[in-house]
Amino acid sequence: MKRIHIIGILVIAVAIMIIMSTASDASVYVPFSEAQARAKDGDDTKVHVVGRLKKDAKGHIVGMKYDPTLDPNYFSFVLVDTNRVEQQVVYYSPKPQDFDRSEQVVITGNMKENVFVADKILLKCPSKYTENEVKVETASL
Amino acid sequence: MVNTLIGDLGHYSVILAFVTALVSAIAFAFASNAKELTPEQKDWKNLARGAFFVHVLAVFGIIFCLFNIIYAHRYEYHYAWSHSSNHLPVHYMISCFWEGQEGSFLLWIFWHALLGLVLIKFAGKKWESPVMAVFSFVQLFLTSMILGVVIGDLKIGSSPFILMRDFMTDAPVFQMDPNFVPKDGTGLNPLLQNYWMVIHPPVLFLGFAATLVPFAFAIAGLWKKDFSAWTKPALPWGLFAAVVLGVGIMMGAYWAYETLNFGGYWNWDPVENAVYIPWLVLVGAIHTLLAYRKSKTALRATFILFITSFLLVLYATFLTRSGILGNASVHSFTDLGLSGQLFTYLAAFVVLAIGLLAYRWKYIPATEKEIATYSGEFWVFIGAAVLCLGAFQVLVTTSIPVYNAFMGFIGVKTNVALPADQIAHYTKFQMWMGITIAMLTGTGQLLWWRKNSEGNKFSELFMVPLMLTALFAALILLISKIGYIERIDNPAYILLLVASLYAVFSNLAILFGVLRKNVSIAGGAVAHIGVALMLIGVLFSSGYSNIISKNMSGMVYAREFGDDINRDNVLLWRNAGTDMGPYKVTYKGQYLEVKGLPDYVNKQRLFRIEDEYKAIARGPLKDGDEVIYNAGDTVEISPENTYYEVGFKNRESGEEFALYPRAQVNPQMGLLASPDIKMFGTKDLYTHVSTIPDPNEEKEWGELKEYKVKIGDTIFVNDYVAVLHGIEPAKDTLLLNLKPGDVAVQADMQVLGERHTYHAHPIYAIRDRMVGRVPEEIEDLGLRIMLMNIDPEEGAFTIGINTTQKDYIILKAMEKPFISILWIGTLIMSLGFVMAIVRHYKDGKSGNANLPKGPAGKVAVKREKQLA
Repeated sequence: MKRIHIIGILVIAVAIMIIMSTASDASVYVPFSEAQARAKDGDDTKVHVVGRLKKDAKGHIVGMKYDPTLDPNYFSFVLVDTNRVEQQVVYYSPKPQDFDRSEQVVITGNMKENVFVADKILLKCPSKYTENEVKVETASL
Repeated sequence: MVNTLIGDLGHYSVILAFVTALVSAIAFAFASNAKELTPEQKDWKNLARGAFFVHVLAVFGIIFCLFNIIYAHRYEYHYAWSHSSNHLPVHYMISCFWEGQEGSFLLWIFWHALLGLVLIKFAGKKWESPVMAVFSFVQLFLTSMILGVVIGDLKIGSSPFILMRDFMTDAPVFQMDPNFVPKDGTGLNPLLQNYWMVIHPPVLFLGFAATLVPFAFAIAGLWKKDFSAWTKPALPWGLFAAVVLGVGIMMGAYWAYETLNFGGYWNWDPVENAVYIPWLVLVGAIHTLLAYRKSKTALRATFILFITSFLLVLYATFLTRSGILGNASVHSFTDLGLSGQLFTYLAAFVVLAIGLLAYRWKYIPATEKEIATYSGEFWVFIGAAVLCLGAFQVLVTTSIPVYNAFMGFIGVKTNVALPADQIAHYTKFQMWMGITIAMLTGTGQLLWWRKNSEGNKFSELFMVPLMLTALFAALILLISKIGYIERIDNPAYILLLVASLYAVFSNLAILFGVLRKNVSIAGGAVAHIGVALMLIGVLFSSGYSNIISKNMSGMVYAREFGDDINRDNVLLWRNAGTDMGPYKVTYKGQYLEVKGLPDYVNKQRLFRIEDEYKAIARGPLKDGDEVIYNAGDTVEISPENTYYEVGFKNRESGEEFALYPRAQVNPQMGLLASPDIKMFGTKDLYTHVSTIPDPNEEKEWGELKEYKVKIGDTIFVNDYVAVLHGIEPAKDTLLLNLKPGDVAVQADMQVLGERHTYHAHPIYAIRDRMVGRVPEEIEDLGLRIMLMNIDPEEGAFTIGINTTQKDYIILKAMEKPFISILWIGTLIMSLGFVMAIVRHYKDGKSGNANLPKGPAGKVAVKREKQLA
């Protein structure tokens, strides 16, 4: 066996290792029900949850708590996942400024007791990066 | 008026560029297929060259038209409307040129056009036609991306010259008036209003464009069955591509560090990864090529790697522009409905290039002889393999959204997401790649230059670098143990430090030993020293980044869990000092940029008027001692950005300085925070604003309290002392717009704050028997003072005061030790690359005669003859 073949085998071995480590590190998009089930099983790996903010009949966001004067590092809100399951989420960081206007929220984290502790929030805003609407005030000029 | 001429001109230029690219691709292909020096070949070549020249002119035409549309504020065009605005300075107009997808394609096309011209001039008789055929072929694809032709449901390319009314056919305003032109554009994304945005994209795209050159040479080599000679001209081009792309990546990193509040220079964002992957492979390709030039090994690997690096550039384009990363990245482009087209191109190039390589595979010469383990080439080859594995890891993970999309495409629902902790995931492998690379650069370089050095024994070769490494590593660890610098106790970090030091010292040894007499060949050693320094910089700045803005207020109202949660932000009340790390920090107020003044100007010194881009100076505004504006002058301001002055005072040394982190509350994008950085010799202090009170929300004022006072009396409000000094005729005439017969007076008040004494002039005016009051607000103190009433009989005045919550910011601050080593390393690495380019370019020009210097060179010539 030539040395080049040994190297080849080693490279392939490392490549397989890489793929396996990626597979084990990769997270998943789940609904809250599964996040809760995982927590019950003692599985504390972090997951992604996609959802929308809970709103009342008038379209106001409900269940949002942020008072920087008391604790700038505590932000709590209610997220409704794609299965319409509501869940209180806690984020130990300041509230993202454009949070209220977001259309869709992706959070990563895991369930701890009865709350979902998020360590990352990704917001999708309706107008982010695309402007497909001429504003009324511009149009009326 | 809607100016359709310029857009039509632009669109025709695109079509012309497309057609000429097609003609020149075909003509160059025929020219290279015909037998050499026949008249027919010459005709084809002339036709091809002519077509390419016209193509270049057409590309310039497109750029001229698009820039004119932006520069002249032609908002009837969607591109100008969505990327520019009236108040944008010219240099940012240049950057909004490439903010959009179409413009950035255009930038890429532009570089290809220029590089094509250079190649026509310098590639030489043998290579011009096949190389340019590949070039024109790529241009054909790229220009089709901005073609903007719709045939039925099929959309080919997206034109930058589309009119608003054609883009938004449903908008009611265009149905009422097709000639409607918006008065202003939506502007450039404020995060992109940065000088890095002006220079980073052109550099990056030049790097992208340059990867095409070695690829085209490799393809030409396969095509013409000349498997060896292409490596000579391709080498300096490969080096050029690598250094430009590398510098572009690091510029992006510096931009992220300096402007975006990523908290660092690298976030493993898919868009960042997408350029890092081809760069690693390209560097690997250069190494195997060098090994081949020296000892005729690894030619097949060289082919594979150069071809792969260009295909990865195309893949990166597909990733960032197809919208496939929409859920995963903060700054990928939105889908323009071109993902199908992009995918088709990617697939076409993959199939064509790999097909050709497979077809010619068995003809590519390969050495039967084993490479000796103690030869430099062997270790260079291993190094290339490690680089590729590093690229592979980033590629496998970054592509996760692609797997999801693909599985969805074939009807299987998957829910795989990117790793929750990406930094940990990538570091796990990339750090070991760094360690291995550092060790290999040292060892490989020593062995590579061994034959030229005096001492041929291994022990002598490695002795000095190893001793120096041990010495310095011990020294650094000792210093860190004493606590003078960050304590290094993680074994992997220690290993990385030792390996990097070894790389530095072994390359230094080569630099001072072997290459002293001939500096021109030292490029490799210099570049490797740069890489090793970069690794050391990354080790300290990322491994030992330290958040110092831990919340120490003790006010916690809803702590569900214990202390293990990071509470990394601190609330700063205006003018109230707070302890943070070794500093006493104080948030001192809001500042704006004023045109003509180098320093920021406190908002309180400016009176804002209806035109938000203008303001009136309340007092003299100075640059040093020189008064630039007097009270009452109108100044131009940039209202988007507010700078928050944060004063730092080191509690031990007493050193004081101020930082001005920036924030913008953008109606489209929410809070955009940009950091401010204080550089020290051994570390950077990096701060950014996490949250500010929402400026769009009305302030909640407390109940109005009235005080009846006489001149000279004092009032106590919110622990502050306010004195009424007198009543005088109102001066703020601009605000009041006084007419004859109107009466206006203002109170002259003084309020003693913690740091300043504030003057307040609330106004009381009578016009047509109506009373008007203009209150004065002291933001610093959260006070609003009003002159309520004047009682001439008693000589008494009623002063009304509201109070509100004081202004605050929430700040995050961290220390990044030795980050400057990373930037210095980048510069040294680039210098090494440039030296190598110069050297290999000269080598290529001087031809074969001067090449064989060492014994390896002689062997090379012999082999080349055998092959021929």
